[in-house]
Amino acid sequence: MLQVLFGKIIFKNPVIAASGTFGTGFEQHFDLSQIGGICTKGLTLCHRTGNKGIRIWETASGIMNSIGLENKGIDLFIKQDLPMLKKIRDEGVRIIINISGSTMAEYVELAALLSEEEADMIELNISCPNVKEGGMLFGITSSTARELVRQVRSVNKLPLIVKLSPNADDIVKIAQCCEEEGADGLSLVNTFKAMAIDIKRRMPVFDNIYAGLSGPAIKPIALRMVHEVCQKVKIPVMGIGGICNGRDALEFIMVGATCIQVGTANFINPNSCLQIITEIDNFLRTEGIPSLDEIRGII
Amino acid sequence: MAKIILNDQIDSDIYYLKIAGKYKGSVGQFYMLRGWNSYHPVLGRPFSIFDLDNKSISFIYKTVGEGSNLLSKLKENDNIELFGPYGRGFPQAKGKVALIGGGMGLASLYFTARELKVQSSIEMVHIYLGFKERAILVDLFEKVSHKLIIDIGGFISQKVNINSYDYIFACGPEDMMKAIVRQKRSEKTKIFISLERRMGCGLGACLSCSCKTREGNKLTCKDGPVFPGEDICFE
Ligand SMILES: Cc1cc2nc3c(=O)[nH]c(=O)nc-3n(C[C@H](O)[C@H](O)[C@H](O)COP(=O)(O)OP(=O)(O)OC[C@H]3O[C@@H](n4cnc5c(N)ncnc54)[C@H](O)[C@@H]3O)c2cc1C
Ligand SMILES: Cc1cc2nc3c(=O)[nH]c(=O)nc-3n(C[C@H](O)[C@H](O)[C@H](O)COP(=O)(O)O)c2cc1C
Repeated sequence: MLQVLFGKIIFKNPVIAASGTFGTGFEQHFDLSQIGGICTKGLTLCHRTGNKGIRIWETASGIMNSIGLENKGIDLFIKQDLPMLKKIRDEGVRIIINISGSTMAEYVELAALLSEEEADMIELNISCPNVKEGGMLFGITSSTARELVRQVRSVNKLPLIVKLSPNADDIVKIAQCCEEEGADGLSLVNTFKAMAIDIKRRMPVFDNIYAGLSGPAIKPIALRMVHEVCQKVKIPVMGIGGICNGRDALEFIMVGATCIQVGTANFINPNSCLQIITEIDNFLRTEGIPSLDEIRGII
Repeated sequence: MAKIILNDQIDSDIYYLKIAGKYKGSVGQFYMLRGWNSYHPVLGRPFSIFDLDNKSISFIYKTVGEGSNLLSKLKENDNIELFGPYGRGFPQAKGKVALIGGGMGLASLYFTARELKVQSSIEMVHIYLGFKERAILVDLFEKVSHKLIIDIGGFISQKVNINSYDYIFACGPEDMMKAIVRQKRSEKTKIFISLERRMGCGLGACLSCSCKTREGNKLTCKDGPVFPGEDICFE
């Protein structure tokens, strides 16, 4: 009943753990094979130690993070993490590899290296606000996003989704450019560029001054953006932003999302993804709705 | 959801929280506690297991900010959410063991001492506790140690002959733990320290609590909070 078709890919249910918010450790809390998909932490060509100073800060109904894409780099990822992910994939969980680069060439190299790997999708992160170079820069204007998608598309055969930034000049236009360049789908949104001040020190909380806001606080804006984009593109969309329960997820599906990704909620409760699946299922049963296709994009 | 058995104020800003239920956990591990249903604050807070039995788990916490102040308002029979046990705690020890706690660092040492004291491989458990103004929980710690040494207002690390022990387990301010590691002269003494870092998720996903070690960045929540003392690159 919860199965969805995202482009050519079948997900057993529409609930995917968002990049940077899920990892090994969760298997102690529930059977990972139950979720629709897992999106890996942003991967870069070389290993990164991430940002200095405070990396996480809470605000009303939200969190700000400035992790700075800490990760072990693609070589170790392929050696150490992929074999583990393949095991989960064998149980029917879709594996999405999230990649980030500082330059266009880096994105292309990453995509090329992953081309032959056993994964279900590549998610192009053109929207990380927490790194000085690259990241969000590619997701702000449609011309750079277009060029990047074109180049990555040409070297990688795996289904490609592009993760859009809510900080874009015109998110709908960028979405359309990605579609025109052959993206198989879109995911939105990444975190909002935000700021917090430590009034005692009279300084910004974060060494990088700005950080990315996520969590329940961003949901209404993210929902509006997903609605706008779904009106204007034909490729499927993954809705992201503050989804914490089944109702939140259904809102995104009703505005047109095919799948949804759960981020910050995993930190609040590691069982969030599972609870969301159950709650969507309960809603469909009590309302007598046979499949999510019936309610997708009805708004 | 779990039920609170008691949440007693044991000093001006320190509380003893006991929660009903059978919980898992080994020495030095922690739980993420969330005593509120709203999204303000959004995240739970990490607290070390203070004690554990078949029917309950308990924590000792200091009110320092938003989350801990909200916790302090909870009463008997109120609901609370807890996730864990998380982290890698203290390893197996043998011979002569010293546990050193500074301030709230004592929270992870009571359960540790209680477990150690009944092990046949342990010759003795000495506990050193340093406080700023007043000593707390002295009676309890006395029961689980062969010797209890208290310091108020000074530096507890100066009262320990680090090299006379086989194992040192320490938890407290970073300067205290740094001083302990610096005192090490003997190869036989093994030092393990429990680090505190601002954590988001507690189980290795958010990468906000990474700490610098000799082998590169590690996660305080998942690879730690307990690390071999020499491995940590103190700031
Ligand atoms: C593994 C681990 C085990 C812990 N065990 C205990 C325990 O048993 N008992 C206990 O009282 N405390 C313990 N702590 C510290 C406790 O988690 C913090 O005091 C608590 O998170 C503060 O939350 P708050 O909402 O009250 O403060 P906030 O409103 O979030 O912050 C108030 C102040 O506390 C500081 N602060 C917040 N979080 C931390 C942190 N993790 N480390 C250092 N400073 C912080 C902030 O910088 C700020 O100045 C532990 C921490 C860790 C990482
Ligand atoms: C700590 C943290 C780390 C993140 N790391 C990444 C990342 O590496 N790559 C990426 O594309 N998005 C990353 N994100 C963004 C999330 O995947 C998601 O888009 C965002 O948090 C919004 O969803 P939410 O409100 O459900 O958290 C991260 C978010 C958080 C909170």
